[in-house]
Amino acid sequence: MKLFKLFGRGSAPVARERLQILLAHERNALHQPDLLGVLREEILALISRHVSFDPDKVQIKMDRGKSVSTLAVDIEIPNSYGVAGGGFLARSPAGALAQ
Amino acid sequence: MNDKKSARVLVVTSGKGGVGKTTSTAALGAALAHLGEKVVVIDFDVGLRNLDLVMGAERRVVFDLINVIHGVAKLPQALIRDKRLENLHLLPASQTRDKDALTEDGVAKVIAELRSKFDWIICDSPAGIERGATLAMRYADAAIIVTNPEVSSVRDSDRIIGLLDSKTEKAERGECVDKQLLITRYHPWRAARGEMLSIDDVLEILSIPLLGIVPESEEVLRASNVGSPVTLNSPLSSPARAYFEAARRLKGETIPMYVPSESRGIFNKLFGRKAA
Repeated sequence: MKLFKLFGRGSAPVARERLQILLAHERNALHQPDLLGVLREEILALISRHVSFDPDKVQIKMDRGKSVSTLAVDIEIPNSYGVAGGGFLARSPAGALAQ
Repeated sequence: MNDKKSARVLVVTSGKGGVGKTTSTAALGAALAHLGEKVVVIDFDVGLRNLDLVMGAERRVVFDLINVIHGVAKLPQALIRDKRLENLHLLPASQTRDKDALTEDGVAKVIAELRSKFDWIICDSPAGIERGATLAMRYADAAIIVTNPEVSSVRDSDRIIGLLDSKTEKAERGECVDKQLLITRYHPWRAARGEMLSIDDVLEILSIPLLGIVPESEEVLRASNVGSPVTLNSPLSSPARAYFEAARRLKGETIPMYVPSESRGIFNKLFGRKAA
């Protein structure tokens, strides 16, 4: 039985792996309906309080790994009407309070 | 003397169609009845009933589940007693109505009435995750998830397990529906060659206990052709033995799991012995 698997004859290992990956995603999705959508909305609302940006130039991506998942947020902020120099990170929470 | 029973309610479900829900309902119902239990099998596939046909009772249907729910007929009028086993009964689905004719209250009443008269109520779920399927599982104490060792069936089973854990009355009370896996249409030699998901693969992915493994067999088709559960039609065949063992496990007996042989030679010998 193992021998066949070693020589890669059968397609069952592929089926097994595809299922494991798919079901890990689907089970997550059931417990957190549209997690990415919620994150996107809240992150954008937060950042737009401090800097202006084009909502079309935002990329939010989640890579779900087996033990660790990564969330990547990529927002393009034009220097002309954002803040000079260090971008929105330069704005301190104190600045927000001052508004 | 009025002996008050309290049935265990089982739902036979899968999500995917064509995996063997109806065959398994008929086979397990007949096996339990053969073991002396009082059994009723209910067809929840409104509009596409087939349990009557598989059990050979298609010409004896007068009233059905919907008639009982709508008060057109009393429950005892709709129950069909099996011709071979007197403690096996069938409650057929309606062929003409649509699935919306089923109501939650109606199903609850029927199940409650049957509970006091039978040892086992086996609900044959339709495929899919819509009304018929959710109502079939709604009042279940335990679920038998019928799965073929194939990607789409395993995926759908996983989805159904999620529904059993959230949409049943027991789940809503904070309890857990007992779930067991019945693997059907298993080809031992294909699994051995790595061409089909193995039992271990499916168990690891779905992580629920195993009730039985039913090998693919022409006996199943033969039984449905003649309208007799495979456990009655060819009780010594390998699928029938798998169903009988599963029925005894349902009754609480501890029986070692028989994994159909993974080498073709032995598998063939097995059939040879049966034919002798």
